[in-house]
Amino acid sequence: MTGSVSYVYGVAGPSPALDDAVRGLRGVDGAPVRVVAAGDVAAVVSDVPAADFEERPLAAHLEDLDWLEAVARAHHGVIDAVAARVTVLPLRLATIYRDDQGVRAVLTAGGAAFRSRLARLAGHVEWGVKLYAEPAAAPDGPPGGSGESSRLSPGRAYLRSRSRERTARDEAHRAAADAVRRVHEAASAHAVEHVRHRVQQGPLVRGTSENVSNDAYLVPSGRSDAFLSAVREAAGAGTPVRAEITGPWAPYSFAAGAPGAEDRADGADGENRADGAREEAAPG
Amino acid sequence: MTEPHSDNLGSFPSRAAPSYGQGSSANLADILERVLDKGIVIAGDIQINLLDIELLTIKLRLLVASVDKAKEMGIDWWEHDPSLSSRADSRPSLSEENRRLREEIAALRGTRSLDRAEPVDDVPRGAARGEVAREDVVAGEVTEGRRRRAPTRSGTPRRRTAEDGTARRRPPEDDR
Repeated sequence: MTGSVSYVYGVAGPSPALDDAVRGLRGVDGAPVRVVAAGDVAAVVSDVPAADFEERPLAAHLEDLDWLEAVARAHHGVIDAVAARVTVLPLRLATIYRDDQGVRAVLTAGGAAFRSRLARLAGHVEWGVKLYAEPAAAPDGPPGGSGESSRLSPGRAYLRSRSRERTARDEAHRAAADAVRRVHEAASAHAVEHVRHRVQQGPLVRGTSENVSNDAYLVPSGRSDAFLSAVREAAGAGTPVRAEITGPWAPYSFAAGAPGAEDRADGADGENRADGAREEAAPG
Repeated sequence: MTEPHSDNLGSFPSRAAPSYGQGSSANLADILERVLDKGIVIAGDIQINLLDIELLTIKLRLLVASVDKAKEMGIDWWEHDPSLSSRADSRPSLSEENRRLREEIAALRGTRSLDRAEPVDDVPRGAARGEVAREDVVAGEVTEGRRRRAPTRSGTPRRRTAEDGTARRRPPEDDR
């Protein structure tokens, strides 16, 4: 088809369930989603206009947040719908081939790696756990104005109150770090892999609480409930953190390779790989 | 404890979705984090320059922190980044900026020697500009660069260069 190129969302094993999952599904730009199979792996694909996805226009579009959001949501929508039915390896946004021939070629070339990762991820889901430090948890020592500080010179009173503030803040941080560790331990008991994402910070974080950890766990589907209640309990009332749980996600954070695998598991942040490797060894 | 997945009836009408419900309601930051930063990377026929991807990823980390507010904060890199946009070249040249900075240093030195002679009362302009810098910092904790840059006295609106893309922002408001 001239004027269009093939956008690949993810890779899965071919099956009637996969065909079902894409039936009627719409992807980027509202285009119908289809399956391109080669051997025993299959790609989830749709046509996108070459005018938007050739190198230059693509680079230009990526500057446009609205465009980026639309494509990201469409990409995720397809992955999400497919993951509801079958195990899928999500590809990074905007993986594009000139035509289905190119898609088949990459499926053939990467077949073994895709298969082994699919087998590993089968029956697992990803849960996101973000922990926020509750500002209320910061013990707010008696503010200045006590009898004692009135005896101090203004300078000393100031320094003293500063140091008290600092101590309180340190304590709050330490308490939050402890809580993060406890939640992580509770979560790990039910997870087979773990990846630490960067904390989300800045104005988008609603409210006043600070995101202190942002983790993804790969959890056997059957243990999701146990996982969730463990996390909720560990971050429950009386702890200085609040948990925000998202998911279940398709295994985005675990698609890129088994811990210790040679491929770029987490090229961007090396600590993840080590972490993942350790998690895998964690007792169940 | 809030759990967004409790309101996660996504856009997929299929009853197959009870367990996969993120759908369109998922937080954009969470989605971008995953579709851009995670997922398998395989070479497509159409390549985004790898450097561009890295750049984009770095910038998106900022963005993930602040998608809604980024524009308000002036982190509008997608509009002004010379490496991404052709119309970002209207900024004054670096040498021009250097010249201004040198003038400013000279002016400050002059003020300082006056200060030594008499009690500090009329605070030199530098301090006033320091306030501006602080406001800038409060407005968005994202940046390091901004703090350093804010005291720059500028007669004309400036566009930032790619090097401090993270800190890009409108020029200091004041300049009486």
